[in-house]
Amino acid sequence: MTSTAPLAPAAPDSKPGRGRRLSVGPSWGLLPFLVFIGIFLLIPTVTVVVGAFQNEAGGFSLEKVQALGGDTPLRALRQSIVLSFTSALVGAVLGALLAYLVVTAPPSSILRRAVTSICGVLAQFGGVTLAFAWIATLGFSGLLTDLMANAFGTDPNGSSWLYELPGLILVYSYFQIPLMVIVFLPALEGLRPQWREAAVNLGATTSQYWLQVAFPLLRPAFLGSALLLFANAFAAYATAAALVSQGAPITPLLIRSALTSEVVLGQANFGFALALEMIVVVAIVMGLYAWLLRRTSRWLG
Amino acid sequence: MSGAWVWRVSRWLLLLAFAAFFLLPLVALLDFSTAVPRTGGRTGAAWQSLLEDPQMTAAIKTSLLLALFTVIGMVVLLVPTMIWVKLRVPRATRLVEFLCLLPLTIPALVIVVGIKNVYAWVTYLVGDSAMTLTFIYVVLVLPYAYRSIDAALSSIDARTLSEAARSLGAGWFTVITRVITPNIWPGVLGGAFISVALVLGEYTVSSLLNYETLPVVIVLLSKSDAPQSMAASLASILFAAALLVVLSFLDRRRRTPGGK
Repeated sequence: MTSTAPLAPAAPDSKPGRGRRLSVGPSWGLLPFLVFIGIFLLIPTVTVVVGAFQNEAGGFSLEKVQALGGDTPLRALRQSIVLSFTSALVGAVLGALLAYLVVTAPPSSILRRAVTSICGVLAQFGGVTLAFAWIATLGFSGLLTDLMANAFGTDPNGSSWLYELPGLILVYSYFQIPLMVIVFLPALEGLRPQWREAAVNLGATTSQYWLQVAFPLLRPAFLGSALLLFANAFAAYATAAALVSQGAPITPLLIRSALTSEVVLGQANFGFALALEMIVVVAIVMGLYAWLLRRTSRWLG
Repeated sequence: MSGAWVWRVSRWLLLLAFAAFFLLPLVALLDFSTAVPRTGGRTGAAWQSLLEDPQMTAAIKTSLLLALFTVIGMVVLLVPTMIWVKLRVPRATRLVEFLCLLPLTIPALVIVVGIKNVYAWVTYLVGDSAMTLTFIYVVLVLPYAYRSIDAALSSIDARTLSEAARSLGAGWFTVITRVITPNIWPGVLGGAFISVALVLGEYTVSSLLNYETLPVVIVLLSKSDAPQSMAASLASILFAAALLVVLSFLDRRRRTPGGK
């Protein structure tokens, strides 16, 4: 990070002759931070990117990246995208609805405080505990399993679909909806009542206001939040790992098998290629998100 | 006025539906962790074993210690850097922000895949223990801590404060630790709370590096003693919830006096 060094003299408040340590250059103060980030974030990332283009001997090779086109990785990627897309769609629509139900309550109300707190926990804490919550609900001798078995005579051994793609979509929605509430609430709060009054004064009906004023204003924020949800689901690992203990239906779990299996030699480098695939997908989605966010802030900042 | 009435009823029905969806799995956890198989009776054995099972208590201790070290590491690394950038190197603001938010784009899973070489050195230098996870956790909590501290730092006039302190003869160390930091304390505390919640729930890194933190042990135990791992799951969700509720009250206290 040598680029920061020449910045020092330009700092507006640097007064020459004051302070004994000024001669060292204030940019040096950033060194510990930059070194730490370099070691524990940038080096691993570079290792992944470089490793994806290396063969076992360490030379350049496209072998691993080409292997991404194989049957298993492609199926995992497709399932991952289906899972991320579906859970993002469900999360975005239902989350936006819940956010609207909450935003119509006054900011200090218990309802709003409770919903935002619960959403904060479920969206950020997540991980394995949520997987177990659903196993306790729909798995073997789960709460809902027993209730349904008694009432409708369904399979008392639990729902096997819970451990497959449909189950993952359900459990992912359980943290996607709360995340949507958290990221979409500020946009809804930015919707000024004056705009509605202006529309009504000009003779707009409620549906006209929603279709022609509110929805177009909220669309970038909605799409941006949905993209964030997509990236969140695509990068998620813990919930799926706890739910699916064998097999690798989605890309993150395929990375797990590449890391932990010692059967096939060179799997570690294939893990690099899979991780690179993950970086690329998430980076594209987050790039779109940042672009949409800039458009949103023009109106609903 | 029937339209308003319909809206009010459907609003509460929808809220009830959401509440049922979100609370049902938590109730199921409670039910599963206290049920006696086949008899319909209740038992607190699973909850009691959280405090008695040596593997579980060791895991809880590990996770709590990790949370503590991560918070210390985050505060020591991030707070002085952010204050320094604000006061002395404002042109590095974008760079530091970019680096702090980068872990949102680079999933933890990717960091684990690439960390092997770095980790060989870490374990060589400081020994092989679960506490080495602290380094990665500090990176993982950066985006959340950064936002929290940044909000606090932009709400005070750091430059005036530091100039006042400097003109009274304070050195930079005093300015950072005794003048600016106390003023952004709520933001630092907020970042610390979120960090604790994130570390206590972290599974990706610890499981793939084979360290027995609380979530890892919850998964391990689920095969042999399901009720106990359900109890531990619910307990950790409730603990994180309590942390974030306290945080939301801190947040309110910070907002009210300023009236932003």
